[in-house]
Amino acid sequence: MTALEIIVYICLAIGVVFNTLGVIGLLRFPDLYTRMHATTKATTFGSIFTSLAVIIYALYQFFTVNDSQGLVLAIHAFLAAAFLAFTNAVSAHAIARAAHKSGIMPSPAVVDRLAEAKL
Amino acid sequence: MIDAWILAILCLVVLMALATIRLVLGPTAPDRVIALDTVNTLVIASMILFGVVFKEIIFVDVAIVYGLLSFVSTLYIAKYIGGEL
Repeated sequence: MTALEIIVYICLAIGVVFNTLGVIGLLRFPDLYTRMHATTKATTFGSIFTSLAVIIYALYQFFTVNDSQGLVLAIHAFLAAAFLAFTNAVSAHAIARAAHKSGIMPSPAVVDRLAEAKL
Repeated sequence: MIDAWILAILCLVVLMALATIRLVLGPTAPDRVIALDTVNTLVIASMILFGVVFKEIIFVDVAIVYGLLSFVSTLYIAKYIGGEL
């Protein structure tokens, strides 16, 4: 087992563990906003790390075996991870805003500064 | 080396099944939307891994397009829930 394989395994393990934490939070948290807090950040982080494992493996294939497919795979995996990071953040913000506008509140909520701010 | 990728894909598939539980149970509509968003993210991550396992770059291209389409659909569902549509 070379050093590169160890790095790729560690990246894959970090990604799968953070995805697991996000899904556990989705199942176990009591509230819409806490569920969104768990899934959006943990799942994005985990997916970026699994993509990072793919990028490292593909760049290794490109630089050692001189396989031109490796460079294309690395660039496309990087593009997919970048789109994933941007779109997850924006869509989570949109869902949170829509849920607040449709009247869903956190369960022990006492004050609502967003409604007082007259957006 | 291939076995690690397939093991990671299997873990992600199990996580998709667990997120589907919240998709079915979810008490309100935004709960179902964030469960669907989680399933979409896991599908994109597993498709990138499939591109390595089968040595086909078309899987990663499909993942990019799938991510952008799921983003647009999530924005439209959010507009609908917020009552702006």
